[in-house]
Amino acid sequence: MNPVATPAAPHAPHTSHLEPGEGQPGTVREHHDHHELGFFRKWIFSVDHKVIGLQFLFSGLVFLALGGMMAMAIRYQLAWPWRPMPGLAWMFPATGGAITPEFYTMLFTMHGTIMIFFVMIPLLTGAFGNFLIPLMIGAPDMAFPKLNMFGYWTMIPAFFFMILGFFVEGGHAAGGWTSYPPLSTIEAAAPGSLSGQTCWLMGLTWVGVSSMMGAVNYVTTIVKMRAPGLTMMRLPLSIWGLMITSLLQLFALPVLTAASIMQLLDRVLNTGFFTPTNLLVNNLTPDSFAYGSEAAAAGGQPLLWQHLFWFYSHPAVYILVLPAMGFTSDILAIHARKPIFGYKPMVYSMSAIAGLGFIVWGHHMFTSGMNPALGMTFMVSTVMIALPSAIKVFNWLGTLWGGRIHLRTPMLFACAFVSMFIIGGLSGIWMAATPVDIYIHDTYIVVAHFHYVVFAGSLFAIFAAIYHWFPKMFGRLMNETVGKIHFVGSFIFTNMTFYMMHQLGVAGLMRRTADPYAYDVYAHLQPINEFITISAFCMFAWQIFFVLNFFHSMFWGKRVGRNPWKAASLEWDAPSPPGHGNFDHQLEVYRGAYEFGSPEVEEDYIPQTRKI
Amino acid sequence: MNISPAAIPAYDPAVDAPRPHHPIYDYDSGPPVNRGKFAIWLFLATEIMFFTGLIGTYIVLRMGSATWPDPADRLAVDITALNTFFLICSSATMVKGVERAMLGDNGGLIKWLALTVLIGSIFVGIQAYEYTELIKDGNLPNVDIFWSTFYAMTGFHGIHVAVGVIWNLCILIAAIFRKIPQEKYMKVELAGLYWHFVDLVWVLLFTIVYLM
Repeated sequence: MNPVATPAAPHAPHTSHLEPGEGQPGTVREHHDHHELGFFRKWIFSVDHKVIGLQFLFSGLVFLALGGMMAMAIRYQLAWPWRPMPGLAWMFPATGGAITPEFYTMLFTMHGTIMIFFVMIPLLTGAFGNFLIPLMIGAPDMAFPKLNMFGYWTMIPAFFFMILGFFVEGGHAAGGWTSYPPLSTIEAAAPGSLSGQTCWLMGLTWVGVSSMMGAVNYVTTIVKMRAPGLTMMRLPLSIWGLMITSLLQLFALPVLTAASIMQLLDRVLNTGFFTPTNLLVNNLTPDSFAYGSEAAAAGGQPLLWQHLFWFYSHPAVYILVLPAMGFTSDILAIHARKPIFGYKPMVYSMSAIAGLGFIVWGHHMFTSGMNPALGMTFMVSTVMIALPSAIKVFNWLGTLWGGRIHLRTPMLFACAFVSMFIIGGLSGIWMAATPVDIYIHDTYIVVAHFHYVVFAGSLFAIFAAIYHWFPKMFGRLMNETVGKIHFVGSFIFTNMTFYMMHQLGVAGLMRRTADPYAYDVYAHLQPINEFITISAFCMFAWQIFFVLNFFHSMFWGKRVGRNPWKAASLEWDAPSPPGHGNFDHQLEVYRGAYEFGSPEVEEDYIPQTRKI
Repeated sequence: MNISPAAIPAYDPAVDAPRPHHPIYDYDSGPPVNRGKFAIWLFLATEIMFFTGLIGTYIVLRMGSATWPDPADRLAVDITALNTFFLICSSATMVKGVERAMLGDNGGLIKWLALTVLIGSIFVGIQAYEYTELIKDGNLPNVDIFWSTFYAMTGFHGIHVAVGVIWNLCILIAAIFRKIPQEKYMKVELAGLYWHFVDLVWVLLFTIVYLM
């Protein structure tokens, strides 16, 4: 049970000059005793996947706080429009402290951008992808540790540009996180489309480079560096989720990179990819709103940007949810002490979600003027995604059914993921129907839908994953009582916040409007918005329990051993926290990662490395 | 349901402490292909999607335009055709270089790689000359959508060729000063795969942008 394997293979003499990528099957590398690295080598210029994972984790959490504060500012304006905003009033002396409509557009644009590109994707693939992949497959590190380091370093220019944008003239990008042209490409269209939009595009391009490096590394590592006996169908589902996500990034992301570079050219070199002929913006022709004194090319197609953007950004929503599904599968099985129900269907349905995810992007564009005949095909393919998603949900329920459920904090968050994903998923199917979408397009029901999936879904899964793998990261447990308090408050306030948005959406309330009550038909919705805002404030404040718990447990939490949860997968075979090279003994894998409650042994689980 | 499951045992140094002085276990599980080669194919997949974005944009914009100028009226097709021929030749020299590296013939590798770098530089040089001539005539990317797409597509390809030339040059320098041993030929092959990809993309781009 405890790892007492001895290195079976004789130490190969002096093969340590080989790069990790050049290792031979079952190579045992002589380990030159690691002298303690200095602070910078260990934490800043690290090539260790665990440290890089933590770098992504911490920067992701910092940006989570920043994006959350923006959400609070958005909610404040929606509940009490034009009331001086606490903390930001000094920026707007002209209005007596009330924010401007332009500032509001910037807030929701940057809230979306930061939450998707700087929080969710880096947390799921950057933090947990880096931390978990080598550990769960029994590898000493990633296939290309240096490339992995560059993957984080290329996030630094992205951070720089995204922060810089707030301080340029006209403020940050304000064309929505979707950045539709001509709003985003024409300088005269909005204040935020001055250099703020250019910063936005530069930042996004760097994020794309980082994700691409990460994805190449993850897939190579998973395919090439698994421990002996660990076949693909014995992998934990977290690894499957991360691998399929990486494939999505490999094939979808470059298209967005190409598109954002073209939009950058439109702005910097006055090319005309997304500027139609005879465009008038604020009664100005293209030549007069071009940058500098240059003429601007025309003849482009604004709709083309939408296609290119959603070709990436729809798969991106599966990038946001597939790793979360993987983590949830692992956590549910471990804490319900039951094998995951239908392992192979889980793998196939994740693949199906990813595959179908490539052919559904048009459902974001039903009202865009796209050919309606195309809308039909996008509707059908979108509704088809419900099938693999439903398979997954039923398998999670099947896993819980009759299990010996340990309601610890990670389990609570994982269960919340399943239930919230059902709510968000169901409204997704409903909304995919073109006739429905034409009515509810750009209303709060869309906001409710994607917050249920991404916030109440994926972010709760991230919380679950943090609580679950915290002992592996720091060798200590997070406080259980505070964790439960964090869960209960977050769960209640999240639902109070986002459930009510469905009501607003059905009433027709538009999103992205600084003061919807200027229209008489929406004036009566202000009390609901006030309720939502107060709930959102409570939810935001409630996260203090998480922050305190996280940092307190990091240093003073209960010290636990290698396998606190009695889980079967490989990462729990390594010391907590794992040292250089991760595993201190040779691995041999005999079974899948979900052997719980087996009659073959006395304990209620069999580690993957145990031979019977 | 087990609301309060058994307490989690505390840290036990006998079992949980990491064992000192352990070697690093590096396994190889997958298909019998070098990790670097596997990764470079994945990287090329992303590159294919990147150029798909650019070429797709070109096709959509061209199909959506009422008129599209005949490329032959605007571009020096004959010089570029010659340039295309050069680039294809450089793929052949690259293949010879990789073959020499596989056989451990460092001298042959240097010869063929130098030739590849030379031809690649000629390609970039001719393209730079083409650009200067076009810009001298006032054909900037902001003139019309034809030039926008032209500069975006050929420009990004040109950057890729330049990166390939620098990559090959690095290997060439390594081969001259340090000698690339037979078992490290993969370094050359990876650069070769990238080089062939850049070459192949150019064949497509030349056909679409200059000939059609």
